[in-house]
Amino acid sequence: MTETTALPSFAVWKFASCDGCQLTLLNCEDELLALAGKIHIAYFPEATRAVAEGPYDVSLVEGSVTTPEDAERIQRVRAVSRRLVTIGACATSGGIQALRNFAAVEEFRSLVYANPTYVATLERSTPISAHVTVDFELRGCPIDAGQLVEVIAAYLHGRRPRVPSYSVCVECKRRGTVCVDVAHGIPCLGPVTQAGCGAICPAHARGCYGCFGPQDSTNTGSLAHRLRLLGMSEQDMVRVFRTYNAAAEPFRRESTRLEEVSTP
Amino acid sequence: MTRTDLEYSPAAAGDEAMLPSPYRITQRREDTADTVTLAMEPLSGEQPSFVAGSFMMVEAFGVGEVPISISGDPTRPGPLEHTIRDVGAVTHALVDSEPGTVLGVRGPYGNGWNVADGVGGDLVVVAGGIGLAPLRPALLEAFSRRGDFDRVVLLYGARRSEDVLYADQLVAWRERFDIDVQITVDYRTPDWDGRVGLVTGLVPRAGFDPNRTLALVCGPEVMMRLVATSLIDRGVPASRVRLSMERNMHCGVGLCGHCQLRELFLCVDGPVLSYDRLDPLMTVPEL
Amino acid sequence: MIDSPVDNTTQRAAGSAVVVGRAGLQTLVDVLATRGYTVLGPTVRDGAIIHSKITSLDDLPQGWGDTQEAGRYRLRRRGDDALFGFASGAQSAKPTLYPTSVMLGRRSRNGNGAPTSVGTPPADAGESGDGASAGPYALLGVRSCDLHAIGIHDWVLGGRPDAGPDPDYERRRRDLFLVAVTCGDPSGTCFCASMGTGPRPDRGYDLALTELLDDQTHQFLLEPGSPLGANVLAQLPGRPAEDADLAAAHQVAQSAAGRMGRTLDTDGLREILYSAVNSLVWEDIAARCLACENCTMVCPTCFCTSIDDTTDLTGTTTERRRVWDSCFSSAFSGVHGRSIRTTVASRYRQWMTHKLASWIDQFGTSGCVGCGRCITWCPASIDLTAEAANLRAERNGANGAQASRALRRTT
Repeated sequence: MTETTALPSFAVWKFASCDGCQLTLLNCEDELLALAGKIHIAYFPEATRAVAEGPYDVSLVEGSVTTPEDAERIQRVRAVSRRLVTIGACATSGGIQALRNFAAVEEFRSLVYANPTYVATLERSTPISAHVTVDFELRGCPIDAGQLVEVIAAYLHGRRPRVPSYSVCVECKRRGTVCVDVAHGIPCLGPVTQAGCGAICPAHARGCYGCFGPQDSTNTGSLAHRLRLLGMSEQDMVRVFRTYNAAAEPFRRESTRLEEVSTP
Repeated sequence: MTRTDLEYSPAAAGDEAMLPSPYRITQRREDTADTVTLAMEPLSGEQPSFVAGSFMMVEAFGVGEVPISISGDPTRPGPLEHTIRDVGAVTHALVDSEPGTVLGVRGPYGNGWNVADGVGGDLVVVAGGIGLAPLRPALLEAFSRRGDFDRVVLLYGARRSEDVLYADQLVAWRERFDIDVQITVDYRTPDWDGRVGLVTGLVPRAGFDPNRTLALVCGPEVMMRLVATSLIDRGVPASRVRLSMERNMHCGVGLCGHCQLRELFLCVDGPVLSYDRLDPLMTVPEL
Repeated sequence: MIDSPVDNTTQRAAGSAVVVGRAGLQTLVDVLATRGYTVLGPTVRDGAIIHSKITSLDDLPQGWGDTQEAGRYRLRRRGDDALFGFASGAQSAKPTLYPTSVMLGRRSRNGNGAPTSVGTPPADAGESGDGASAGPYALLGVRSCDLHAIGIHDWVLGGRPDAGPDPDYERRRRDLFLVAVTCGDPSGTCFCASMGTGPRPDRGYDLALTELLDDQTHQFLLEPGSPLGANVLAQLPGRPAEDADLAAAHQVAQSAAGRMGRTLDTDGLREILYSAVNSLVWEDIAARCLACENCTMVCPTCFCTSIDDTTDLTGTTTERRRVWDSCFSSAFSGVHGRSIRTTVASRYRQWMTHKLASWIDQFGTSGCVGCGRCITWCPASIDLTAEAANLRAERNGANGAQASRALRRTT
C-alpha cells in the first residue's frame, strides 16, 4: 500500500440491531484519529450522512437479517464489498432477536402490533453468514473495541485478524480472577464462551453470560451437567443458553435439548 | 509492501533471541506461479552459517512470522535463500516482497540431514512438491563432495508440470552423468511428456543398493510415510531413512511447546528424524 | 534440577535452624523488604488464597483453611490461629516467575532507512496475575509441590542443553528469595506424597519454614537452605532450634503425608500412557472435558506459550509478547491454518501424556508435582489421578475396551 494509491475505503452497514456495535466503533476516537489519513470511511450512517457509491474495500456489517428487504439488501452489500466483516452477536449469530426462532412469529406480531398486516417480517432472525459469504466474524454483544481495531488493522495490512477463539477462562486466569464457579458455585458460561471481552463479569463476581458466543471447542452438554450440579433447573438452563447468541448452533442445540428434557 | 528498514528495541538484554534481525531481499526468483525463492542478506553483521535441512523464522513486518526451510547452498558463502509458497497471509506477503524489502529473520534453527552419514554409499533423495526446497541444500552439499558417494539418486514428484520447482536446475542436474534424476507428475498436461504417477512409484525401480543407502525424504506427511515404507520394503534400514517433519514451529528454540510430537520438540530435535523413531508416532492420528 | 525423590521420612539434625515467634516472622518480612525485595505471600482474596504483596503478618490468612475437591474450592475457618493452615492456593509461583504476558520487544519501521525513535518498554513488562510491580521478589510460603515446580522450570526454561534459555525467566529467577513452607494441612486433591515432591521442602529454598502450633505456643522453625538464607536468618530474633523442634516439624510433615486426598500410582505410568494412544478412556474424558484450558493455566509446570505480535493501526510499530498458551486450544497445533489435534480427546491425551510420560523423556522428571490444582479448578471435575487409574485398569484388564466401557458406565 503506498501513498499514491487511493485510500482503502470502509463502509459500515446496519441491519436488525441496536446500533451498539457501531457505537463501539465511534467510541474508538483515538484510534480513529490515527486512521483518519489512512482510510476513507465512505458510508457510515451513524457517523456521517455522506454516502459514496461502492465498491468498498471493507464493509463492516452490524445486525441480523429479519425482513425480506434485508435479505435482498445484504446481497447488494456483498456485491459492492471486497471484504465483508460482520460485527456483533446480531450479525454473527442472529442476536437476541433470534429468540423468535424458538416460537411462532405470528403470535408475537399480533401481540405487539395493533395492526400487524403491514409488518413484513421473516420467521427467523439469521446471521449474515446464512445469506452471503463472510470474510470474518467479530463476536460480542457488544463487540470489544480493541478487537475491532485489530480487525481493521489486519485488513489494512493484509493479514488475518488475531482474534482468539479460546474460552473466557483463559482471560480470567490471565488477569488473575479467581474462578467464580469453582470457588463460589456461581453458574458461569465462561468455559463454553469465546474470549474477547476480557472476562469482565467474573472479575465482578458474576458468571459469564456468553455474550461472545460459543468458543471453538464447545462442550455445552458437559457445562449443562455442571450447571445442574450448581442447582439450576432445566428451564433456567434453557434461559442462560438463550440470550444474545441463542441461535449460535452449539447454544441452540443445547437449549433445544434441555427444553426437550424439561418438557414432559 | 514498501521498501523499509526496521528498528529494534528488545525489552531487555537477552530477549533479542526472540526478535528477528533485519535482512534485505537481494534477489527474487519466481519458481512457479505461487512459489518464489528469495535471496537475502543481513543489514548488519555476519551472515549465519547453516546446516542443510535447518530452517529459519521469516517475518513480513506487521503481518506475521512463519518457519521456512533454507534452500540455498550450505557449502558456499552467499545470500541466504528461502523458497516460499503462497499458502496464507504471511507467505503471501513474503512471496509478494520485491528486492530491497527488509524482512525479519531469526535462526537458523533445528538439525539437518547430516548428508555426511551417507559417505561411502548411495544417497537417495525423495521429494514431493515444495519438499524439494529443504532437500536442495543436501543435494548441493553432496555435489560439492560428489566423489565421497557412490550413486546419487533424486526422485521428485510434483502435481503438474507447472508445479515443478527449480526446473532449470533439474535440467542441469539431469545432464550430469553422476546423478540419476527422475521426475514424475500426478496429473498429465499437454506440455508434459515425462512420467506420470506418484513419486512413491519411482522407489521400487530406482538404482541404489538398499544395504548401503542413506535416504532423505521430504514432502506431505502421507507421501513421506509411503516413501519410507517403500524404501524399507526394498531393504533400506528404517534408521537410514530420514524425514523432515512439519509442525507448528513457533519459537524455534524448544521453549513454546507448539511443535511437540510426543517426546520430541521438532524445532530442536528435528525437523529431520529417522523413520525408526518416527514410525510409531506418525501412525497415531492427531498425536 | 531436582533429580531425586524427596526424603520426607528422615528427621533432620538441628544444625543452624532457628525458632522464632510471630514477632520474629514479622522481622523476616521487614528484613526482606529492607533488602529491596517485594514480599509476596498468601492472602485471602475473592474467596481463595492468592499470593499478593504483603508487609505485615496481618496480611496473611490467619485462621483460614480450605476444602478442595474435584471442581470445588472453599475457604473455611480453622478454629485456630494458623498462618499457613491451608493447601495449594489458586495459583503457584508461576505467574510471578513466568508471567502470563511478557514484552519481548518493540520494533518500528520507516520509509527511507533513517533510524526512527522507538518506545522504551515499561520497566516491568509483565502482567502477572498478582499485579505486583517490579522485582526482585521474595516469595513467602511456597509449598514443596510448587518448589519442585520451580525446580522443573529452572531446567526447562533455564538453559537446558537442547534449548533456551528464557531470558525473562532467568532474570526473575536469579533475583528470587524463596521462603518455603512445610505443608501441614493438605487438601482433598493433594498428592505430592505420591509424586515424591512433598509435603516437606527438601531443597531449592533460601529458608524453609515449618509452623509449630499447639495450645500453648505458636512458633516457626526456620531452616536455611542457602548462604543468603543463612545471612537473612542471622538478622532474626530467635533461639537455636532444639531436637524437639525438629521432631515437631517432622511430625507436621509426617501427619500431612498421611492425609493426602489423592494418590497417583506412578509405577510404569510412562509406558501405560505411551501404549494407551488408542484408548477409549480419551473419548470418555472428552465427553466431559470443556477444553477451557483451566488445568493448564493453574498447573505450576505447564510452560507452553505463544509469541504474539500486535501491530498498531498505522502498521509502523509492532510489539512482540510472550503469552501463556495451552495445548487445549485448537490453534495451538495449527499448521497452515489447520489444526493437527482437531479433537478434544487428542488434546487431553497430549496434555496428560506430556505431563506424566513424555516429560520424563524430555526433562528427566515427571511434569506433575501433585499440587492437585488441575483437579480442583476443573469446572468439569476431571481428576487426573482417576483417569490415570482408569488407563492402568484398562491395560490390566483382559479386554481393554471392555474395561473402558465398564468404567464409562460407572462414571
